[in-house]
Amino acid sequence: MNQRRASPPPIIEPATIALLVGMLALVCASFYSLTIQWGELFSADAMRSSLEFLRGFAPPELAWTFLVKIAGGTLETLSMSTLGTGIAFVTGIALALPASGRFGSVARSFIRLVLNILRSIPELVWAVILLIAAGLGPFAGTLALAVHTTGVLGRLFADALENLPPAHEATLRINGASPITAFFYASLPQILPQLMSYTLYRWENNIRAAAILGVVGAGGLGQMLKYHLSLFQMQQAASVIIAMLLMITVVDAASFWLRRKLTGN
Amino acid sequence: MSFVLRCTSVRYASTERSDSFHALNDVSLSIAQGEQIALIGPSGAGKTTLLHTMACAHRTESGELSVFGVEPWALSHAERHALRARLFLAPQTPPLPPRQRVVTAVLAGCLPQWSFWQAIASLVRPSDPDTAYDALARFNLQDKLYARVDRLSGGERQRCGMARLLVSKADAFLVDEPLSALDPTLALQTLATLQQEATSRNATLVCSLHQVELALSHFPRIVGLREGRIVFDAPRAAVTEAMIAELYRNEKHTGQDDPVATQADAHITPQF
Amino acid sequence: MTSNAAFAHHPDPAWRGRITATLIALLLLWPMLIAGEFKPWILLDAQSLGATWHFLSGFFPPAHSREFLLLILEATWQTIAIATAGLTLALLGAIPLTLLATSSLSVSRMESGRMRFAGAVIRQIARWLLVLLRSVPELVWALLLVRIVGLGPTAGVLAIALTYSGMLGKVYAEILESSEAHATQSLLKNGSGRLAALFYGALPASASELVSYTTFRWECAIRGSVVMGFVGAGGIGQRMDESMKMLAGNEVSTMLIIFVLLVACADLVSTFLRKRLG
Repeated sequence: MNQRRASPPPIIEPATIALLVGMLALVCASFYSLTIQWGELFSADAMRSSLEFLRGFAPPELAWTFLVKIAGGTLETLSMSTLGTGIAFVTGIALALPASGRFGSVARSFIRLVLNILRSIPELVWAVILLIAAGLGPFAGTLALAVHTTGVLGRLFADALENLPPAHEATLRINGASPITAFFYASLPQILPQLMSYTLYRWENNIRAAAILGVVGAGGLGQMLKYHLSLFQMQQAASVIIAMLLMITVVDAASFWLRRKLTGN
Repeated sequence: MSFVLRCTSVRYASTERSDSFHALNDVSLSIAQGEQIALIGPSGAGKTTLLHTMACAHRTESGELSVFGVEPWALSHAERHALRARLFLAPQTPPLPPRQRVVTAVLAGCLPQWSFWQAIASLVRPSDPDTAYDALARFNLQDKLYARVDRLSGGERQRCGMARLLVSKADAFLVDEPLSALDPTLALQTLATLQQEATSRNATLVCSLHQVELALSHFPRIVGLREGRIVFDAPRAAVTEAMIAELYRNEKHTGQDDPVATQADAHITPQF
Repeated sequence: MTSNAAFAHHPDPAWRGRITATLIALLLLWPMLIAGEFKPWILLDAQSLGATWHFLSGFFPPAHSREFLLLILEATWQTIAIATAGLTLALLGAIPLTLLATSSLSVSRMESGRMRFAGAVIRQIARWLLVLLRSVPELVWALLLVRIVGLGPTAGVLAIALTYSGMLGKVYAEILESSEAHATQSLLKNGSGRLAALFYGALPASASELVSYTTFRWECAIRGSVVMGFVGAGGIGQRMDESMKMLAGNEVSTMLIIFVLLVACADLVSTFLRKRLG
């Protein structure tokens, strides 16, 4: 009855160790190849000039005329994010229908590929490209957000649709309703709260994106920030940044409240 | 002739067994327009599958099926779509989305007749609440016209599903266990309304029931199914106690549906 | 009961509310359309169509000369390096902040039921710091840092480090606080130091969530570092900015293709990591 005791399994598998070593190698290679002058970065000189730079921000510019301009910029940014998200809600649903397999598997794969491309390319890159067609200003920003968010929402919506039990919609179709009408009557009512929750959550992200799209010329607070920084008008830039933070906070709160109301209902 | 099935078999892949087996095996049935038939049999016998087959929800593996004189699966997609508008399938679980209002859920029975824009307009504002009201009134549910479906009890939801049937313009009603959540009085009333409607339209009614007594007392023709085959197909006078006992042999006749069997039935994916 | 003609009308009670809601929505929509300069017809005017066509026609064929591809490969590696280095720094910054902000590791709270005043203040400050770090958009950090440390990848690395330490810190604190407090509490009660309680108590339980979130953020960091390239923080973003300024459609299309592939690969790697380490 002398059984050789099996050796206990290793705490960490060799494959995982290899993985961790690989990650470590990536990290080291990254730092090495970037040749950042760490010494210079944290030298006394650098600290001093950074502090000087930061001190230039206080106090933020609060003149009435300037605040009015900031209000205008805030409204532009808010409009960009709201319109862009709203458009993406509609186009997202439209693309989610083929992407959930309702028109065959070829259409499904193709549309999902398109959605992937749309959401892989960041909003800023879309804005830079769309400036060519839409010109400078917030319209390009709205379109950029709409295009990118369609990719994100389309994919989320399609997954939600695929997870929905198909019985109600199938019954309507068996009884002679067209596929799209059956979708509107049976499936959409069931997932609408979920879709709106995703959309509101995306609105929070888009307000941040909209704030910075102006940096490449798409209007709003971002454009103001770039403008004042390039003229070294630090106090005005500080006001713009504070306005951005306030706007983001308000939109976050609004989105949270709306989402609570949705699930409460 | 409403429905003619000849030696029809329907196969589906069962998750329980490794091979696919027949939900319906060599079924032959002829139903004239305006007839009213009760479908009885133990759980898992294939009643739901038979109703779905007649509703053209899926293809048959072998045999012939003809509906209103045409073979549905030989038609073009558009023609088959038009054919489906003349059939109404009422599944066992009322197909009502929980957050929808009753008026919209009932008016969904009109969808085959509406254009896309009419349908969307009715979502925003119900285009014909009066018709829905009248249909609900026949089941004593008129007060629930604007209530949400998830605020209704199980029995009320079932009757709403029947109200949708009343609102449709179908020439054949294929109804799956419409009385399972109803107490005896309501069951009688509902069945009476259903049959009245079928008679007034001269529509064919095929109704699967667990309550054998109701089937025998209300329907002139009874079809008994067991394990995917038709055991008997006879006028009610010819159905004896022995035949019923033989049909339900080895089954707990509790009137409750066997969940496994129901699940299995539901696994035939609809084809359009 | 047959319905009486006088009673045949059953108006929709929700209709009033829907009309009001629609009017309010239109009222809010109108100024937004104006402020957002929403003029879709611009896209169809001759000048815009011409410019778009000209740009898009440059997309095919994508630039594929050897030197260009090597340049792009180098820039792509730089982007990955910026993201990885930035995230590593963010981790190093987030860990102490998390420890400060997590109240479940508070020994004093456990003893008296309330934390010592100084301890509570430190925790609040740590939390506010985390909020500030992650609320300022990373591009704004990049804009400021480019002016302090100059153009190039350093600004990108630091911007990612700052923003993401805020994000990682907040989520780590939440995960740790929501995990089973019992293990940590018993260790603390039996006299272990805070760090040990963290490693042997809270960490093992939440390890997979922590790893999952961190790898997700690594993917985001890659996207972020591309975006920051547009304000001069190096990587493939900066190259794309240069090519766009010259309206070199063929170069842009190559870079877009490579970028989409990069994101897809990062997604695969991250999924793989999450499965393996989770």
